[in-house]
Amino acid sequence: MGSVGAKEVPVLMTPDGRRIDGRRWDELRPIHIVAGPLRQADGSAFVEWGANKVMAAVYGPREVHPRHLQENHRAIVQCRYNMAAFSVDERKRPGLDRRSQEISKVIAEAFDSVVFAEEFPRTSIDVYIEVLQANAGTRCAGLVAASVALADAGIPMVDLLPAVAVGKVAGEVVLDLKKEEDNFGEADLPMAMVPQSGRLVLLQMEGHMTREELSKALDLGVKGCREVHEKMKEALRARYTTTDAGADA
Amino acid sequence: MSGEVSAEILTTHLLDLASKGKRLDGRGIDEYRPIRIEPGFAANADGSAFVHLGDTKVLCGVKLELGKPFPDTPNAGVLTTNAELIPLSSPAFEPGPPTTTAIETSRVVDRAIRAAETIDLTQLCVTPGEKSWVCYVDVHVLDHSGNLIDAALLAAVAALAHATLPRKRFGVAETDLPLDVVHFPIECTFVRLGDALLVDPTFDEEKAAQGRITVATDETGRIVAMQKGLVGAFSPEDIKEVVERAFKHGDRMRALARGERP
Repeated sequence: MGSVGAKEVPVLMTPDGRRIDGRRWDELRPIHIVAGPLRQADGSAFVEWGANKVMAAVYGPREVHPRHLQENHRAIVQCRYNMAAFSVDERKRPGLDRRSQEISKVIAEAFDSVVFAEEFPRTSIDVYIEVLQANAGTRCAGLVAASVALADAGIPMVDLLPAVAVGKVAGEVVLDLKKEEDNFGEADLPMAMVPQSGRLVLLQMEGHMTREELSKALDLGVKGCREVHEKMKEALRARYTTTDAGADA
Repeated sequence: MSGEVSAEILTTHLLDLASKGKRLDGRGIDEYRPIRIEPGFAANADGSAFVHLGDTKVLCGVKLELGKPFPDTPNAGVLTTNAELIPLSSPAFEPGPPTTTAIETSRVVDRAIRAAETIDLTQLCVTPGEKSWVCYVDVHVLDHSGNLIDAALLAAVAALAHATLPRKRFGVAETDLPLDVVHFPIECTFVRLGDALLVDPTFDEEKAAQGRITVATDETGRIVAMQKGLVGAFSPEDIKEVVERAFKHGDRMRALARGERP
């Protein structure tokens, strides 16, 4: 997102391999996940990932709206990824723009690949993602939040769905871009992986990379996803090993 | 939470409890749920506040941008309030254009902010007729467990009270300035269950309610806005009663909204 007034390109990588926030090339930002913060939703999760704050809620399996989308042999997965007007530097007009609609679609398809949809014919599993504070990587943070929310809702799935973005900054392949790296970097590659099989169910890419860089980026993304997966499992364990039902956001 | 089948039974039960001066969650008739405010929750906003009202959760973010004043008020800035009842917050909300509930909530909150002259709009004027600040107050409902109006206004006022005019970002001046909040409106909502007037209704109490009434007061002792909602009726005595109770609760909640700058 551009900001008001011209900005110079910051130093994205120091000669000794430190990134703008001091991380190494293969390090994630701090991730904190709370499972089940919301009362009304069937399942929910709040994710703080670096300077991102994302809330996700899951409803269902429930009746399909609009009705004509209903499928007789399986559940459908619907997703709404939305950014709050105040989540970015320049106020965003409320509602879904084309970017949000595309992200909603690829996230829904990613989850459709892992939930046992045939268990719930003629229903809808509705996934809602609200970005409250954005700092690059919101679709991955949103997907992780939604995946924990799906588990919290008790939806049967092949596996949790960790996600992370890999990118290229100052010529280097790096893990988990933050905002400055996303704005001034050369490539961005968000992905979501099924940990059991190591297969990717979400993959997008923008920018330029060589074949070698792409190969390195994919390896790095797999490693990142495995780390995120641990955080997700921790959050769910924390939620279901305490006696206190309503954890706080 | 309750399915439609059990709604009738629940309503009967809530009415029965109310007739004995009791509520399902153990509160008194004139008792709010616990309130917690987290100012500065959304760092990309120029002011924000996360409000927990029992299980109800709302987040308000304030954004300030430079724009043009309206032709009929060349010396004033622009203030816009919008409440989003997003489908994440309740099984009852669906994606799509705002429902009448969302529009009502949004407008009742906006009315209190405007009528109380919460912000001195002339303060937002930069060059008369040419340039002024546009102040967007966006309320995001995250968990709808009842009484969205009170929670939304509380979040809006708290967010405004902690907001900054981003003068540096827009190249208007060398330093930022805290936004000056002149008045602190607070809305208190009551529902009727039989003869009882319950403050701060939960989601189930709202569903069972035989009328809803909201009273907005400010710290100078003015009533700045009112709204009767849902099917039901209130006598003039009822209105006088809830106004008194609204002032009492308002003073306590105002102190919470003002808080300290984080």
